[in-house]
Amino acid sequence: MRRSIPAAAVALGLALTLTACGGSSDDTSGGSTPGTTAGGGSSDGLVVWVDETRQEAVAKAAEAFETENDVDVELVLKNFEDIRADFLAQVPTGEGPDVTVGAHDWLGELTTNGVVAPIELGDKTADFEDVAVQAFTQDGQVYGLPYAIENIALIRNTALAPTAPATWDEAVAAGQAAGTKYPFLIQTSTEGDPYTFYPLQTSFGAPVFAQNDDGSYTADLAMGGEPGQAFATWLQAQGAAGVLSTDITYDIAVEAFKNGESPFIVGGPWMLEQFAGLDLAIDPVPAAGPQPAQPFVGVQGFYVSAQSDKALLANDFLVNYLATDEAQLALYEAGSRPPALKSAAEQASADPITAGFAAVGAEAVPMPSIPEMGSVWAFWGVTEANIISGQADPVASWDKMIADIQGAIGS
Amino acid sequence: MSTQAPTVDGTSDAVTPPGPSGPTGRRAGRDPGRGPVRPGTLVKIALMAVVNALGVFGILAAWREGSTGILVSMVALVAVADWVYFSRRSLPMKYILPGLAFLLVYQVYVVAYTGFVAFTNYGDGHNSTKEHAVEALLVQNERRVEGSASYPLTVVERGGQLGFAVVEDDEALVGTADQPLTPADGATVEDGRVTQVPDATVLSRPEVLARQAEVTQLRVPVSEDPNDGSVRTQDARTGFVSTPSLTWDPEADTMTDVTTGTVYRATSDGWFRSDDGDRLNVGWRVMVGFDNFRTAFGDERYAGPFLRILVWTFAFAIGSVVSTFLLGLFLAITFNDTRLRGRKIYRTLLIFPYAIPGFLAALLWSGLLNRSFGFVNQVLLGGAAVPWLTDPWLAKLSVLGVNLWLGFPYMFLICTGALQSLPSDVLEAAKVDGASAMRTWRSVTLPLLLVATAPLLISSFAFNFNNFTLIYMLTGGGPRFADASVPLGHTDILISMVYSVSGLDGTAAKNYGLASALSIVIFVIVATISAITFKRTKQFEEIS
Repeated sequence: MRRSIPAAAVALGLALTLTACGGSSDDTSGGSTPGTTAGGGSSDGLVVWVDETRQEAVAKAAEAFETENDVDVELVLKNFEDIRADFLAQVPTGEGPDVTVGAHDWLGELTTNGVVAPIELGDKTADFEDVAVQAFTQDGQVYGLPYAIENIALIRNTALAPTAPATWDEAVAAGQAAGTKYPFLIQTSTEGDPYTFYPLQTSFGAPVFAQNDDGSYTADLAMGGEPGQAFATWLQAQGAAGVLSTDITYDIAVEAFKNGESPFIVGGPWMLEQFAGLDLAIDPVPAAGPQPAQPFVGVQGFYVSAQSDKALLANDFLVNYLATDEAQLALYEAGSRPPALKSAAEQASADPITAGFAAVGAEAVPMPSIPEMGSVWAFWGVTEANIISGQADPVASWDKMIADIQGAIGS
Repeated sequence: MSTQAPTVDGTSDAVTPPGPSGPTGRRAGRDPGRGPVRPGTLVKIALMAVVNALGVFGILAAWREGSTGILVSMVALVAVADWVYFSRRSLPMKYILPGLAFLLVYQVYVVAYTGFVAFTNYGDGHNSTKEHAVEALLVQNERRVEGSASYPLTVVERGGQLGFAVVEDDEALVGTADQPLTPADGATVEDGRVTQVPDATVLSRPEVLARQAEVTQLRVPVSEDPNDGSVRTQDARTGFVSTPSLTWDPEADTMTDVTTGTVYRATSDGWFRSDDGDRLNVGWRVMVGFDNFRTAFGDERYAGPFLRILVWTFAFAIGSVVSTFLLGLFLAITFNDTRLRGRKIYRTLLIFPYAIPGFLAALLWSGLLNRSFGFVNQVLLGGAAVPWLTDPWLAKLSVLGVNLWLGFPYMFLICTGALQSLPSDVLEAAKVDGASAMRTWRSVTLPLLLVATAPLLISSFAFNFNNFTLIYMLTGGGPRFADASVPLGHTDILISMVYSVSGLDGTAAKNYGLASALSIVIFVIVATISAITFKRTKQFEEIS
């Protein structure tokens, strides 16, 4: 009889575990109104997935929506990194949210898997920055309500470099004249960082994919050939000269810039929090090649689930409550990315730093959201890193990278 | 009663308040014909009540969510648990059931589900059912008519049918799914929006929300000509004219592109394909037989790296077990010597690496071993730039070294335990027979030690064979193979290769089917090796 006691305790643990399985799915579909969910798979309210940064701003917009429509909005807090995979996995089961926060470069994957529904912005389309709507457009349909635009730029410590450099060589010369430990900081790491290096690559005229006339991307790689090889050769030269180094990771770069060890760093608004005490200016990334340096623009927005049984509420909430100045400005305060709504962006541009990033973003290109983009990153970064560290021959390894990416896309 | 553990007595006291005269008083209060109710029985009833309560709660939760699978298994588990613990004929099951239940839920179910997925094409493009794929394709291909205006819209009900009332050029138009938009005489328009229609009722906002699925599905034709498109709404405030560019024929199982006339047929591999090979971008999940296994071994881009990774996986797993075991054993023998002072302190200190979470330690080491900024190069080696993690051979050495640091305390612990439980009479017999220390160790101590530790060595091998955390956190599989066309590296082991091949790391289209198929291959490898080794260890047992 004594032995049945641990046995029963184990059974109890098992029951708890199974209940937790049932319970966790309960949380995502309607935990806020447990009294009204009996018999149905979902609650009366709108379920919205948000990340921690955005939570408060969305909650504020939801308050007005709740009172005017007499419905509940349930915000489910998720890690931003988990949302993409969880949304893909949970929408088909019916346990997914009605609306989720997301980034535009997920679009290709979300539409291929049929988990996201188009949004008709109607006359509001013109109220948004063109690049923001363009980023969420696929095959003529808009799939997300944009709220913020993010891109990288050159962050300059004005105490160390009073003027903005026009070209890469000027920047390096200014950095060397400043006498700091590093003339120029750009995060690289042994895995490479093609996102941060992209403006330098485009300055050689080697965009990752070819663009149609309307700005959408085709699946044709465009970074091969001579322009790409020229960029690769330049990378090797800069690596050999010690300006670029694979030892510089994000943390090391940010720490060094914070300590005044370099006048320049290439980075985005997410770094600014760390540079609180410094006097900064935001400039375009200096071009290393003959063409202008265009960074990627990332647009953040909200998606509506294809399986939402409250599509009407969801669309109403997005188009009529989140596409407002107050909501977009609140999201801007929370995430410090320039708003996607033009009128809100104008107000946010009162801050010179935000205005600086927005000005660079206006000249930038949207990051491709086609599914083929997923096959590019792994080869791209490591090849760049190997060229910079001198381990690989620039032209040969760049050509091999192009062939490998084409192989991966074709498979 | 005297054998009852103190906690059990404590609990039973709580259940049954002690009588004034102790046990005898308690017994007197019960039915004498059925004998004494032992405290254990009461505890059992209390615990089973809790199990049942939680079980019923779980069943209700599963019912509410409509999770049939969980519901059925919960009912079955609770029923079986009740039968086993209240029946007199199920004594062996009383011991086996908890373990069996855990085995079913955590092992058998997981393995079976992985096995199932391995035979499907679950992954990007095949994320859900055919029904969902059709829905998604239709909704993605319903286009707003270019240049058409958007209308202020009101939802109305006419003759039991939902309809839309829109305003165009200050004129009210009303229509339903069957009746195209026609001017509605006598309709009231306020603030550019229809508020009253003579022969129809205007729905209030809550009424609209209550029927929102119907409202979003509703298409009101603009005119008798279907090419003019139909009005729909997404927020019940604004309507716009759209036309579908794909139509779905459930009878023929085809999708037709209205603009080009191309017919796409549903195929057995989960796509809609046209005759000239084009396919629509959303597919669905189907069973694909052994296709995933064929892909796993058929893609020539993976053939070269696969062999190298397989060899390294074995080298890594065996090397880790051997090195940690030898170091652990050496230290255990050393600290087992009674002449050593402060043994307990040393032993405690040696367990430290074991107490740090593995993934954290791997991350720390990847920082310590950084070529230019790492502590090892900067401080210990006086600024040398040794590429610990970026040179193929040094990276392998670093992985083994870090795993040695992480793993030896475990081996040290089990060896210490095994050494201390060696029968002293055998050792004395060896001494009496005049065996040398070396001879005693080789012929007596080591075989006896292996009997005790062999199963643990096998489990350690199986663990390291799949030691994803260490590889992922320390080197990420790098440095990459320079001559391979796939993103794999010199320190990748099979499981981290699966992670990359199946696109779970975001470097390729996700393919859960392929990942599951490869996992099963790994499972078979590890299971076979474990089975063979377990059989071998029986030889040790014969020695003792």
